[in-house]
Amino acid sequence: MVMKVYGDGMSACVARVLLCLHEKETEFELVPVDLFACHHKLPSFLSMNPFGQVPVLQDEDLTLFESRAITAYIAEKHKDKGTDLTRHADAKEAAIVKLWSEVESHHFNPAISAVIHHLIVVPLQGKTPDAAIVEENLEKLGKVLDVYEEKLGKTKYLAGDSYTLADLHHVPYTYYFMKTGHAGLVNDRPNVKAWWEDLCSRPAFLKVSPGLTVAPATN
Amino acid sequence: MYNQNMVVKLFGQIRAGNPQRVLLCFLEKGIEFEVIHVDLNTFEQKKPEYLLRQPFGQVPAIEDGDLKLFESRAISRYYATKYADQGTDLLGKTLEQRAIVEQWMEVEANYFNVVVLPLVINIVFTPKFDIALVEELKVKLDKVLDVYENQLATNRYLAGAEFSLADLTHMPGMRYIMNEAGLGSMVTSRENVNRWWNEISARPAWKQLMEMAAY
Repeated sequence: MVMKVYGDGMSACVARVLLCLHEKETEFELVPVDLFACHHKLPSFLSMNPFGQVPVLQDEDLTLFESRAITAYIAEKHKDKGTDLTRHADAKEAAIVKLWSEVESHHFNPAISAVIHHLIVVPLQGKTPDAAIVEENLEKLGKVLDVYEEKLGKTKYLAGDSYTLADLHHVPYTYYFMKTGHAGLVNDRPNVKAWWEDLCSRPAFLKVSPGLTVAPATN
Repeated sequence: MYNQNMVVKLFGQIRAGNPQRVLLCFLEKGIEFEVIHVDLNTFEQKKPEYLLRQPFGQVPAIEDGDLKLFESRAISRYYATKYADQGTDLLGKTLEQRAIVEQWMEVEANYFNVVVLPLVINIVFTPKFDIALVEELKVKLDKVLDVYENQLATNRYLAGAEFSLADLTHMPGMRYIMNEAGLGSMVTSRENVNRWWNEISARPAWKQLMEMAAY
């Protein structure tokens, strides 16, 4: 039975999972969930994810939520095909992949998702973005990217010289971010810029990016 | 011969939440370690020497031979995997079980910690904290604990029948909730969450950590 992913391709967290599936050359079925009609808050959905968020993965008897837990599962289940996303054959390299995945989760994501929330989601709700919050988070994001600039001067990718989940998890929100007026944060840092351009050249990215269609305000 | 270099060094403070996550993992697994104190009161973690270990200026960091790591959840996962056959099994025996553990670890990071951390910073560490913000965070924590209450009604631990990293990763934050943050009633008012906290905080490794911390 083919894995099912509940959610839409325009959701950054869903796109994270789709990128992983493509990198691992794994078939799946995308089951749309109408977020605007709040289908993710219906009891039938909450029984899969009590927090009422996409994505959800169903693989036979297993139902999983949290995009980074889903990518870890897919990467382990299919570790023998497609891209090696976890460096599983070497425990120390695998730990460094986990380390930079945690950096994305705790340092990068809070800052970038706050910017995206105010520049994309808030206007869609008919409200005005909070410029102070955007400014504060752009500053935080800049500091994180300074750390990345230094790291990417030493290794081609965040966790070493090969592409892993540590890089992949960054892609969807960065894609949206680059469409705002603040792409300079990436483009003004040569190592980060080169890394980003490399991530965008991957076949899996080219399959998933057409689905990332929510357009941000450019202010 | 006992070689000092063979023991993993943890850089941090025993009373800080993120180092506690790693220390607890070591204690559950019976892994020998050495704590190298990093004085948070004097902002030692922001000094250039420490930033070489952890570029975000936070504790903990570890050094184990030629391996250097930071991020407490990554460190915990590494040692839980490396010593899978020693001490408590913190990960789960099957791919599917490990996925469920991973899921609830992500829940801690993305739902629990995102509210508990600012709650603790405000209530415990900020003299004149933002009351409206704290109330808002408490409402969010209530909703998260409601989900836990439901999960723990049919599962002894968060990821199922066995104690795992998913439970362990919550413990430093839970300790603040029950103590300095004064939010214990949010736990004691929930039968299953209360049972869960009482059980996991009765574990020998937790008691050892509490002795080390000497609150």
